Amino acid sequence: MKAETETVIEIKNLEKSFNGNLVLSGINLSVKKGESLVILGRSGEGKSVTLKCITGLLLPDAGSVKVFDNEIAELDVESLKNLRCRMGYLFQGSALYDSMTVRENLAFPLKRILKIKDHREIEKRCVQVLQEVGLQDTIDKMPSELSGGMRKRMALARTLVVRPEIILYDEPTTGLDIITSKEISQLILKMQKQYQTTSVIVTHDIPCTKIIADRIVVMNNGTYTATGSFEELENSDDEFIRSFFN
Amino acid sequence: MAITIFSPVTRALETLGDNAYFFKSIIRNTFRKGFEWNEFYRQCYNTGYKSIGITLLTGFILGIVLTLQSQPTLKDFGAESFIPGMVSISVFREICPVIIALICAGKIASGIGAELGSMNVTEQIDAMEVSGANPVQFLVVPRIFACMLMIPLLTIIADALAIFGGYMATNLSEGMTFKLFFTKAFSVLEFSDIVPAVIKSVLFGLAIGFTGCWNGFNSTHGTESVGRAANKAVVTASVAVIVIDVIVVQITSWVVYS
Ligand SMILES: Nc1ncnc2c1ncn2[C@@H]1O[C@H](COP(=O)(O)OP(=O)(O)O)[C@@H](O)[C@H]1O
Ligand SMILES: [Mg+2]
Repeated sequence: MKAETETVIEIKNLEKSFNGNLVLSGINLSVKKGESLVILGRSGEGKSVTLKCITGLLLPDAGSVKVFDNEIAELDVESLKNLRCRMGYLFQGSALYDSMTVRENLAFPLKRILKIKDHREIEKRCVQVLQEVGLQDTIDKMPSELSGGMRKRMALARTLVVRPEIILYDEPTTGLDIITSKEISQLILKMQKQYQTTSVIVTHDIPCTKIIADRIVVMNNGTYTATGSFEELENSDDEFIRSFFN
Repeated sequence: MAITIFSPVTRALETLGDNAYFFKSIIRNTFRKGFEWNEFYRQCYNTGYKSIGITLLTGFILGIVLTLQSQPTLKDFGAESFIPGMVSISVFREICPVIIALICAGKIASGIGAELGSMNVTEQIDAMEVSGANPVQFLVVPRIFACMLMIPLLTIIADALAIFGGYMATNLSEGMTFKLFFTKAFSVLEFSDIVPAVIKSVLFGLAIGFTGCWNGFNSTHGTESVGRAANKAVVTASVAVIVIDVIVVQITSWVVYS
């Protein structure tokens, strides 16, 4: 029972500014194990910055970010690397390595995070994860040959291939047609159920939110204004929050 | 007021500090376990092999031009037999290392700057970092070492072609066997002509790789910064080549000729 309510990500009073421009002004957030949390918010609100603070790609100006009870800013390079091995990050623009084939893209984290050396094992895992995202025919293609939806799926595959305990999704469905974005949402949900990952999903896509979210937080002016389930926020009294849902 | 007056100075010092820090992290990552050999070979192919055509052409033409320009003057003094020696010394010591480095600054530094810049903008470098790789170790170190190996090699190829070009040019006006030309060209060369030139080329390679990588890594977010990174890489690399040249020539003249 205890394992299920364990807090894996804990953010307290997180502040971050760029060149004197305050982006995050005191964020508090905690994510429980196995939960899928959706962060809603307008563009430029600092959602991606929040995710980057969680992985330690950006360091907070003030406040604390703890993942598995480790204070990110205090970790040395090696421990940060080890901690990152337990986290996956799906980048907003997919961030596929364009000089590598799909296979090499998938092998990259396998070799480095799971330290797999055996070629057959790598091949097996690549094929398996591509089947899960429905891209089995693309293994020898270059990322530039893939369509927008395929690139997102590919990025998802690259995140999933190492089976992280936490996955941070940065706008997994933005820019895709409704059908593809539903497919991707279903896929995220399926992976979530299958591997019991903890997910933090940044999106503005309401149908996608409805499919995935256990809990939603809404971000406004660099802080969180509301939190609750889909139904609670959909029927909120606050005009701003309701505006996301219609 | 004082702050605005000194701000260009402080900014320059800051940039210098950042450069030094980047250089330190390159050194640290060079000696870290797990040198990326595959990436190194790939970069050698990209920087070296793909520049051979332009190197051959440049070297050949430099040899021809140098000969044609100096031939009339030397003829007036009846010193035509010095042509092979003059071509080989000037080409080995100065002309080929610098010209090839400048061409590579245009071709390779801008390529690295644009490639890493676009990887930075599209968050591929961040993605590498969260995938347990060290971007400096994976991207920067192999590129810099590839430049430090391939630019001297390209220079030597250009040297050879320049001598061949010189032979072709003398042969247009008067007959001289290839064997004689070659013997004359190489008989004048000494240790002090070749070794400092090779060391110089290695330093040029370092400068070209470093400026390319630094500008790529420090491109800000946004697509236009990719072009700016490539552009800055070329300009800084070219200036660096000239500055390194003058320093190395000065040191060589102290150490070798005095
Ligand atoms: N590396 C950076 N350097 C400077 N400013 C940044 C950087 N990353 C993000 N910002 C700024 O932070 C703000 C929030 O960005 P972001 O988190 O990407 O928004 P979004 O909520 O759309 O994901 C934007 O105004 C952006 O310009
Ligand atoms: Mg974003």
